[in-house]
Amino acid sequence: MTYPIEQIRADFPILNEKIRNKPLVYLDNAASCQKPQAVIDSMVKLYSHDYANVHRGVHTLSVRSTDQMESARHKIKTFINAASDKEIIFVRGATEAVNLIAQTYGRANIHAGDEIIITAMEHHSNIVPWQMLCEQTGAILKVAPMNLAGELLMDEFEQLLSTKTKFVAVVHTSNALGTLNPVEKIIKLPHAKNIPVMLDGAQAIPHTAVDVQKLDCDFYVFSGHKLYGPSGVGVLYGKQALLEAMPPYQGGGDMIRTVSFEKSTYAGLPYKFEAGTPAIAEIIGLGAAVDYLNTIGMQAIADHEASLLAYATQQAQQIDGLKIIGEAKEKGAILSFTLGRIHPHDIGTMLDSLGIAIRAGHHCAMPVMEFYQVPATARASFAMYNTKAEIDVLISGIQNLIEMFG
Amino acid sequence: MFEDLRELYQEVIFDHNRNPRNFHVMENADRQVDGFNPLCGDKLTLFLKLDGDIITDASFQGNGCAISTASVSLMTDIIKGKTQAQAEELFTVFHEMTTGKEEHINLEAVGKLAVLAGVREFPARVKCATLAWHTLDAALKNQQQAVSTE
Repeated sequence: MTYPIEQIRADFPILNEKIRNKPLVYLDNAASCQKPQAVIDSMVKLYSHDYANVHRGVHTLSVRSTDQMESARHKIKTFINAASDKEIIFVRGATEAVNLIAQTYGRANIHAGDEIIITAMEHHSNIVPWQMLCEQTGAILKVAPMNLAGELLMDEFEQLLSTKTKFVAVVHTSNALGTLNPVEKIIKLPHAKNIPVMLDGAQAIPHTAVDVQKLDCDFYVFSGHKLYGPSGVGVLYGKQALLEAMPPYQGGGDMIRTVSFEKSTYAGLPYKFEAGTPAIAEIIGLGAAVDYLNTIGMQAIADHEASLLAYATQQAQQIDGLKIIGEAKEKGAILSFTLGRIHPHDIGTMLDSLGIAIRAGHHCAMPVMEFYQVPATARASFAMYNTKAEIDVLISGIQNLIEMFG
Repeated sequence: MFEDLRELYQEVIFDHNRNPRNFHVMENADRQVDGFNPLCGDKLTLFLKLDGDIITDASFQGNGCAISTASVSLMTDIIKGKTQAQAEELFTVFHEMTTGKEEHINLEAVGKLAVLAGVREFPARVKCATLAWHTLDAALKNQQQAVSTE
């Protein structure tokens, strides 16, 4: 079956926008993806017909909202092949999920002198929560190095694993470099020593099929807004036994069984970790995004994006002075680059004047910029709705701005 | 192709970006302050030589976009020979010009700095132009800690 690119583009209303009188070429998908009409409609329908608070009222609207929210949980459970709906915890995003794990699992199980392993290509959201935990507990953060292509050095990673290692947290796909890590192997090595592993899937899950049971990861975290869903919602997947044993994160309504001034008891999974009114509409919107992705198929999306990346890489390599940052053999659809002395922010402003949206900056990965000795990079990142014609617009824009800079 | 950008990227800006003025480390500087824009990673170090109230010399080192490089290059040129109060006054006028607070550009007051007026149409880039001046402000107030635009 041919990839239904025209239909897909028609499903995303924002792609009809004109930016500075030019057709939008949206290549900032690694920062956030655009939303299909189905996601927008699901939220409009909820607020227009079905909205009330969840898990509380006996009235009709509360029941409708609760049913739709729990149905979204079930869709996400199926999407990542979790064993149970109880393993799907709704949070604000991948960042909050990592913080939750660090402050609950981490505080309960990681102590002074213990070691936590991350990698050299992590996003700040998978560095800072662990540094905070280390400050609180006296644990030590260890960083597994990478090579110049942006590939994790597996031997060095393996050597870091010791009896002191109590947790491993690794990015599935690097947002700054595009590196798709060999996660099966990254999970197996620590598991052989009974060390739990968390994957930061924020950048991977929109672009590749994820099966958490097959991976056998202990935790998997991602954000809704990068999965074509609304901002303000994300998912923490955890193995049920681990989640059961973890203390709660925040206290409040919805996460309790009984409350008295002497002692409160906590609700079961997943509600133990969902204090307060959740992002009801956003959760339901994320469920609609998953439905939409299922109609296209994650393998078809991955294949389409792989062909975009191959084309963009080949075209970019023709440009004199363009240096690609991140050349791992296995990559997600991310093209990070520099243009000699033309600063990425100037590249970003110039491409914007042509209707092209890219990201310029450190991509919340300052240690990665440090590693490559660049202050910033320009980054074009592709999604299910991008085309080769858009890559041509990008490449011609880059050639022209080089000329203008002189 | 880049018609919309001619106001922002004037030839003078490209010139200062290609050949930044006063781009060197200053030995025995009286003031030395780091400026940093954490959003984009632009970094600069500003050096000043003072004789009483007069800024007798200024130079910088660092790494930034064309707008921030041109801004600090122009600034180090224009503040030489000025009193501290005159430099602070220039900062105020420059700030009003780049943020669009003052619509009318007082060419007499800003002089060559007028080439940076175009950033007012690009809110995302205003901090690129003002980083140098915030750093100067800290240097004149003799603050030791690094300046951040955030």
